[in-house]
Amino acid sequence: METVAGFLPIIAALPFLGALLPGLMIKAGRNTCAAFTAAPTILALTLLLICAPAVMRGEVLTFGIAWLPSLGLNVNFMLDGLGLLFAGLILGIGLLIILYARFYLSREDPMGQFYTYLLLFQGAMVGIVLSDNILLLLVFWELTSLSSFLLIGYWKHLPEGRQGARMALTVTGMGGLAMIAGMLILGDIAGSYDLSVILTQKDAIQASPMYLPALILILAGCFTKSAQFPFHFWLPHAMAAPTPVSAYLHSATMVKAGLFLMARMWPVLAGTPEWFWIVASTGLITMVMAAKIALFKDDLKALLAFSTVSHLGLITMLLGLGTKAAAAVAVFHIINHATFKAALFMTAGIVDHEAHTRDIKRLGGLRHLMPITFTIATVAALSMAGIPPLNGFLSKEMMLEQVAHTQWIGPAWFMGAAVTLGALFSVAYSFRYIAHVFLGPKRHDYPAKPHDPGFGMWAAPALLVVLVVLIGLMPMTMVGDLVRVTAGAVTGDAAYVNIYHWHGLVPAFWMSVIAVAGGFVLLKTHAPLAAMWNAAPRPEAKVMFDAVTAAATRGATALTDGLHNGALTRNAAVFSVAVLIAGWLAWQGGGLQPPTREMIPITPVPAIGWLLLVVATGLLVVYHRERFTALVLIGIVGLMVSLGFVYFSAPDLALTQISVEVVTIILLLLALNFLPRETPVESTAGRRTRDAAIAIAGGVAVTWLTYAILVRDFAAESISAYHLANSYKGGGGTNVVNVILVDFRGFDTYGEIIVLGIAALVIFALTEAVLRGPGGRWLANWDQPTLPEAGDRHPLMMVVATRVMMPIALMVGAYIFLRGHNEPGGGFIAGLIVAIAFLMQYMASGFAWAEARQRVTYHATIGVGVLIASVTGIGAWLAGRPFLTSDYGYLHFPPIEEFEWATAIAFDIGVFLTVVGAVMLALNSLSSMARRAGETVNVEPMDIDPTREPEEGK
Amino acid sequence: MELLMASAIGLMTAAGLYLVLRLRTFPVILGLSLLTYAVNLFLFASGRLAVNMPPVLRKGVETYSDPLPQALVLTAIVISFGMTAVVVMMALGAYLTARNDDVTLPPEDDATREGEA
Repeated sequence: METVAGFLPIIAALPFLGALLPGLMIKAGRNTCAAFTAAPTILALTLLLICAPAVMRGEVLTFGIAWLPSLGLNVNFMLDGLGLLFAGLILGIGLLIILYARFYLSREDPMGQFYTYLLLFQGAMVGIVLSDNILLLLVFWELTSLSSFLLIGYWKHLPEGRQGARMALTVTGMGGLAMIAGMLILGDIAGSYDLSVILTQKDAIQASPMYLPALILILAGCFTKSAQFPFHFWLPHAMAAPTPVSAYLHSATMVKAGLFLMARMWPVLAGTPEWFWIVASTGLITMVMAAKIALFKDDLKALLAFSTVSHLGLITMLLGLGTKAAAAVAVFHIINHATFKAALFMTAGIVDHEAHTRDIKRLGGLRHLMPITFTIATVAALSMAGIPPLNGFLSKEMMLEQVAHTQWIGPAWFMGAAVTLGALFSVAYSFRYIAHVFLGPKRHDYPAKPHDPGFGMWAAPALLVVLVVLIGLMPMTMVGDLVRVTAGAVTGDAAYVNIYHWHGLVPAFWMSVIAVAGGFVLLKTHAPLAAMWNAAPRPEAKVMFDAVTAAATRGATALTDGLHNGALTRNAAVFSVAVLIAGWLAWQGGGLQPPTREMIPITPVPAIGWLLLVVATGLLVVYHRERFTALVLIGIVGLMVSLGFVYFSAPDLALTQISVEVVTIILLLLALNFLPRETPVESTAGRRTRDAAIAIAGGVAVTWLTYAILVRDFAAESISAYHLANSYKGGGGTNVVNVILVDFRGFDTYGEIIVLGIAALVIFALTEAVLRGPGGRWLANWDQPTLPEAGDRHPLMMVVATRVMMPIALMVGAYIFLRGHNEPGGGFIAGLIVAIAFLMQYMASGFAWAEARQRVTYHATIGVGVLIASVTGIGAWLAGRPFLTSDYGYLHFPPIEEFEWATAIAFDIGVFLTVVGAVMLALNSLSSMARRAGETVNVEPMDIDPTREPEEGK
Repeated sequence: MELLMASAIGLMTAAGLYLVLRLRTFPVILGLSLLTYAVNLFLFASGRLAVNMPPVLRKGVETYSDPLPQALVLTAIVISFGMTAVVVMMALGAYLTARNDDVTLPPEDDATREGEA
């Protein structure tokens, strides 16, 4: 049994894997393509049949793989009677559809695509019926919605196909969303997302106050999928799909997914008054209403579509009754409906294919022209009408028997009467399908000359019709055991099932007689009734649906455009206000413990720093229009932040901040050269007040939050203690911050240097793009504003000073780098310092001069840096450790002291190189703009501005 | 001291928000820089304040400031330089290409959007 259960994931995966084949195989011809589509289906079906004997013995096969156990999401599969029945239907009918579609699709249709979509759909459906985990089931459920969207819209050139596909996706997708909520509630009540556990929790679930919401949400998913009133309208519109799709999705499989789920959940959800009233009533209304509409449809597929809706309603109603006997009848009818309805759809497709029309008004008399199709269609339609001894008769009779004993609204006989009426319509449209298409005189105005198709096309429906007859004649032999096992799986305990033809002169018999007789009368009076029907006003679902979706689209557009009109200003304002509101709401929900930390007393020096920061920030807001002043002020702010880091025991941060500050200011200075020198006053006073209000609210909130944090200890123990304790032992360094960067959280750092490298490359790419576009042309013709400039562009003093400082700066960089593992410093800081050392040369002697002496490209520096970091990380694999595990040891060179090495230092070299490359590439990109703007290139290390003539006497 | 830290972070947040809401690129860049300072300091402060306790292990010293926020903020500072550089470059590119340093959409762009919808 163990080995057999192992087949379950393979059965579910085969169609998905097989979906890769048709697209490749279509080049080898249509027959090969179809054969390779059928192969995975046949294989899956074979595996299923191998599993079948165990299931028929009453075993439940399970197979589980943990996926995300912390979320309760596991790849658990289960096969019981219900799953076996549905998987058998999906794969068996799927196989017939593959055969049928091979002959149905024309040469112009892209067959590879069709079979790919079909297999995707098949895999999703098999996944639903085999899932033991409701979250996994939901994944497959959504996949059926998506793949059926592709199938319904397969004929992309037809607007009806596209609209029908969208409508189906919208309706079933919304139902699916509702179902997700319902399933989550259910899993929450049961304490597990595994069906096998949930199904044992009936009492807990039905006693829960959340039972009704969960029930309604789950049923919303089932009803939309199974096209129950009032969500039935999508199914007829989905008939724009090719007929094989309609036969597959809309008779045997997808629309039955809702029924499957109701059956699956039957043990825990059914049996309550809520279940009875919602499910049985919806089913009954759907059944009667759709049967009546089907009678007046002239399109063959529309007639079949509404009849499908009606039969789905019938099965829903049976499940809704909540009795075990009714559930067994529902199972039996699922089998019967799948056989006769798929056959009927295929015959409708044959008629359409041969006569080039599906309009009943233009058909008739086909029995002489298409005798084989006529025979198949007649047997299937008679079964749908419930004529003995076909299988449709058996399940209809049992259904009437069940309903006859059920009390619904009104008098005791009312439900029986309503169901009889539905059956009566059903008989009428079934007869009409035979009489108005095949019987009657032969016509001479068919759009094409009809004749029976080749064997390949009628083989599939013929096989189904043989099943219809055999099940009808020998129900117990054919499906008795299957119905028993399935009904047992639905109801949760062994069921006794006995299907027989003659029940005696019970009410069901008389109801059946009335239905057949009445149906015959309706057929005879169809013409005047149809005239009345067409004259009467009735609601058109598509118009309403379109109006609702249009309104929803308008609403969504208005909301999106209102929040996000493309301007950063609006975005930032909405975001700030939203965060403030969210923070306020969060505050409402909680409270504060009393302060636990003592405050550090204020001393004069930090107070002066604070004052400088406050004043500079204030002045920045006031003078932000004067761009140069603003730059000086923000420099002061950055300096004070760095000093703050020094004061509060963060030497590494201080070093980093001050070096970043330098490169940032240089960058902004370069950029300012090309931007307008002043910002005009644009915003109105009202707008400024509004912005100030948002800003002040944000500032107060952040102040308060920070203060609240600072005066309290950690709520939970921090992981910092671990880092402090293991920094030296495990990482071989005493500077804990650096050890965290290159060792404990080396993976984060690895990601960050890559981001930094990408940012630099983005800047480079942006610059190139701008210079090649109109911006570059404009720059080339740019008249520099005539502001007084220094006479010597590259002053002697600065050149000499930077040359002297260069080796010193590099040495400082090397020193900072080497000591980083044990003292403040490290790759980031050293990289910034070295970058500044280079920058000084650029500033002193000009970019062109410095660049001519530069041997390596910055792109390569970034790349080598990331590469070194990667290789260091991978090196740990060779030692059999996880990525980026570090090692360290000591080397002793006699004249020098003991020298410590750690692999982390190689990683730090990678960090260093990336930082240097990124900073230099960013600034180099900016300077290339200056060169385009006509700045003359100097070849000497120091020179004077050649455009300026030396003045007399100086 | 906690009060000074909190108020400094709050003030920089407020000033940063106000400048980000301006209509031209340069004040927005300044505002983003101020917000970066504020956010980095806030993250740093989440390790609580400590004076004269750098997280560099010494013999005989038992208490250190929290190293974890420091390590996180260190990379944040470097990354924020990358971000500032990209934003500056975008602002520059937009200005050079469109001759406009406005952060809102010009009216004709709005019209195109409507036309597509």
